[in-house]
Amino acid sequence: MSETLKVIVDRPDATVAVLRTDGYINNTGGEEIAKEAYALLGSGVNRLLLDLEKTKIVNSIGISILIEILEKLLDQGGKLAFCRLTPTIEKTFQIMGLAQYARIFAAPEPALAWLRGESE
Amino acid sequence: MTSVERREVHLTIPVAPEMEIAATAQVAALGEWMEMSRDKIDEVKMAVVEACINAFEHSATPDRKVELSFRVEAEEGGRGAYLEVDVADSGHGFDPTRLKTPEIAAALRSSRKRGWGIKIIESLMDDVRIESSEHGTRIVMRKYR
Ligand SMILES: Nc1ncnc2c1ncn2[C@@H]1O[C@H](COP(=O)(O)OP(=O)(O)OP(=O)(O)O)[C@@H](O)[C@H]1O
Ligand SMILES: [Mg+2]
Repeated sequence: MSETLKVIVDRPDATVAVLRTDGYINNTGGEEIAKEAYALLGSGVNRLLLDLEKTKIVNSIGISILIEILEKLLDQGGKLAFCRLTPTIEKTFQIMGLAQYARIFAAPEPALAWLRGESE
Repeated sequence: MTSVERREVHLTIPVAPEMEIAATAQVAALGEWMEMSRDKIDEVKMAVVEACINAFEHSATPDRKVELSFRVEAEEGGRGAYLEVDVADSGHGFDPTRLKTPEIAAALRSSRKRGWGIKIIESLMDDVRIESSEHGTRIVMRKYR
């Protein structure tokens, strides 16, 4: 039962990056994401898409690390989007009110358009 | 299918990283057996994960174990078949009436980002009961099919 999270980083332009996760977002998974996110933030990215297509489960400790990433992005005038969430993960983010501060999309393309300011 | 055969499974897991995932396998098996929808099964799994990690992290249970029971039953003439999960530890307990409701705006402003687990459990499950004393904590959570 190796649930270790893998993160693939894609940086389509200077200020936008996509993190694709694969696996369980718990404390260690959240820290993996944060490590990549903060490296990107330090190099000029302030708009981030978290594509969770291959993540089927998250826990509250992992989510608290995502809230930390969101806080840092907002502090830098940035934005955070999520896409391809399972219905339960999306419902959980709605319950928490996270969806008021980060946008949730079904697919990556509209999420990137929103991050780039090409759509409302 | 209006009636459902009763079924009960017991599981003991050690306090160890990712053992909560072992617990979710029972939810999937019983949920599929009772023909609960995929999304509802996922919601019960998430609630069970939260209850397990709370016991792991907060209970300081001396036996380093968490006991789970999973029950499929039906309420006669009531809301029908349900899956009920108990998650119990023998730790020091807590006072559930003193929990503070977490707020995302506050979490974004302070260093304290935690405090979501029980709110998530209560939102995803239909009925939740927490019994806690200095001898341990038991959380009983039910979801109807
Ligand atoms: N099994 C338990 N034994 C002892 N205390 C518990 C137990 N479960 C919960 N608690 C107490 O209730 C509090 C709230 O739990 P809750 O799951 O809502 O938040 P959290 O675990 O602190 O953070 P998060 O769930 O967001 O990671 C905990 O901080 C802890 O003090
Ligand atoms: Mg918790």
